Amino acid sequence: MELLLQQVMAGLANGAIYAGMALSVVMIFLAIDHLNFAQGEMATFSAYVAWQLIDWGIPYWVAFVAVVILSFAGGVAIERVLFKPLHKATIFSQLVAFIALFSILNSADGYIWDYTIKTFPTPFGTRPLFGSDLIDAHEAGMIVVTAVLLGFLYLFFRGTRLGLAMRAAAHNPESARLVGIRVGWMTALGWGIAAAIGGIAGMLIAPVVFLDPNMMFGVLLYGFAGAVMGGLTSPGGAVLGGFAVGVIENLAGTYIPYVGRDLKLTIALLVIVAVLMIRPAGVFGRSSVSRV
Amino acid sequence: MTAPQQDTAALTAAVAAPATRPATRVATRHWVLAGTVLVAMVLPLIFQGFVVFQLTQVMIYGLAILGLNLLTGFNGQFSVGHGAFYGLGAYVTAILMQRYGLPYYWTLPCSAVVCFIVGFLFGLPALRLQGLYLALVTFAAAVALPQLLKFHGFEGWTGGVQGIVVDQPDAPAFLHIDADQWLYYFTLAVVLLMFAGAANLVKSRTGRAMMAIRDHEIAAAAMGINAPLYKTLTFGLSALYTGVAGSLGALAVQFVAPDSFSLFLSINFLVGLILGGIGSLPGCLFGGLFVLYVPNIAAEVSRGLAGLIYGVIMLLVIFVMPSGAAGFARLAVAYLSRSRHR
Repeated sequence: MELLLQQVMAGLANGAIYAGMALSVVMIFLAIDHLNFAQGEMATFSAYVAWQLIDWGIPYWVAFVAVVILSFAGGVAIERVLFKPLHKATIFSQLVAFIALFSILNSADGYIWDYTIKTFPTPFGTRPLFGSDLIDAHEAGMIVVTAVLLGFLYLFFRGTRLGLAMRAAAHNPESARLVGIRVGWMTALGWGIAAAIGGIAGMLIAPVVFLDPNMMFGVLLYGFAGAVMGGLTSPGGAVLGGFAVGVIENLAGTYIPYVGRDLKLTIALLVIVAVLMIRPAGVFGRSSVSRV
Repeated sequence: MTAPQQDTAALTAAVAAPATRPATRVATRHWVLAGTVLVAMVLPLIFQGFVVFQLTQVMIYGLAILGLNLLTGFNGQFSVGHGAFYGLGAYVTAILMQRYGLPYYWTLPCSAVVCFIVGFLFGLPALRLQGLYLALVTFAAAVALPQLLKFHGFEGWTGGVQGIVVDQPDAPAFLHIDADQWLYYFTLAVVLLMFAGAANLVKSRTGRAMMAIRDHEIAAAAMGINAPLYKTLTFGLSALYTGVAGSLGALAVQFVAPDSFSLFLSINFLVGLILGGIGSLPGCLFGGLFVLYVPNIAAEVSRGLAGLIYGVIMLLVIFVMPSGAAGFARLAVAYLSRSRHR
């Protein structure tokens, strides 16, 4: 029982990372209806900028806020420069653009900040929480931040005119345009928000996995998996999906004899595929119905 | 999820070749084809060693991309995981040759059968999933394969992390060419055969059924096409093509290891497919050329910024040729023939 609890908690801690990433994946999906393969690299870039600012002696929280704003601006800029001209292109062309962006950012990280692994400060400290070694302060902090973020997003999308306009623009661009919503800018805004969330996720993940240009790649896989499992149309589902992936991965590693440790990623993915077989739109996703 | 469907439909309209081709155009096509094959026959006699190896690789990637194209371009199903089938084919060849002593040419049909079956089975869950969800499942395959290959339970077969060294096939003695050249011609023969097969398939009743499903699955089903059957068969066939490419790849590289078949391989195939032109058979070879040479060129320009340069080149290509090299060529031909008529 002690072991189970320990593994679940460790899984939740990892899951918080995945949940943050899944949340930003879903954000961009709601805004543009595609998955962004470069999401992880954008987050890594933000984390590097944060590292640089902190390295220059700027206090953590000032740097944090600055990076969130910069990431937002960066996301909007990428949409305006790169993806607005492509928005009528096929999904395939856009896919190549995502892959290109991935390659560019990854290479730029390595070029500017070189490939050595860097430590990243945590604002929460790393002492054990509640007097046990189940979870440390940083992990708890991550979970809290993810929850707060989700709460804000929920309020934003459900409670504000802008949030409603963004949902409308993503859901049905033609009709949204007809009622006076500037669909292009809503998309850019979606990119901005997703980039900002990605930046936060990057800054929270970096202390755990250490900062290097490829740090997000594995995380993004799990983030995608969590988002798809929870349902790409549901931010809350994505967060739960992210936590679930973390827990499944840890439990598989511990309890499935012989194969567990080596193949825990494979097992986690298998579980997700199995879930998708039963609910093809994810656990909390709405399956979309289209007129033919 | 209407957007991808609309995209595919628009794409089809853009890509579909004109229904009635003038006879002269057909003749030109045949001459171009014959010329290309002739050039391909002569190339290894001019160049040597590494260049021949690279050209062999281009054909192999072209074949792998063709497999993906059958699935995506002609049947409208996504895969972000075709590197897994490529890796599977490569390992079938390596294991049969090195563990069971089978001659290299017999390993190709074996790997074709294995990959077809695995692909077919993979197509079954794919039936329930569309677009991004299917992408995720194939993506999972690509991510899981290296782990499975490294898994210590299979080490007796796969050689674990170390992989397997594959003997290079020797040229038949009467030909007086070296092993690289022989492999080039062997690959060329296989690739020609399989491209011819694909070209015929696409023009056949089966091919039209595949494309009907791509354009509108419900309409296709209403016309009496057994959509699930054709979709799973296409998945199997696509895996077969990519798997055979993987087998040839194992022979060419003379080595298989889990990390050669990472997700990046799958992504490269996808980039090659899109830049070559979705739904175009010759475009696959352009895609092969692109994914083999452009990263090298980028690395030569600047080692530190190779990824950045590669990315920028990809973006340039996508902005200049939004429907890939094949679409670009078609536009160019249409433009030229129009100006000639004036």
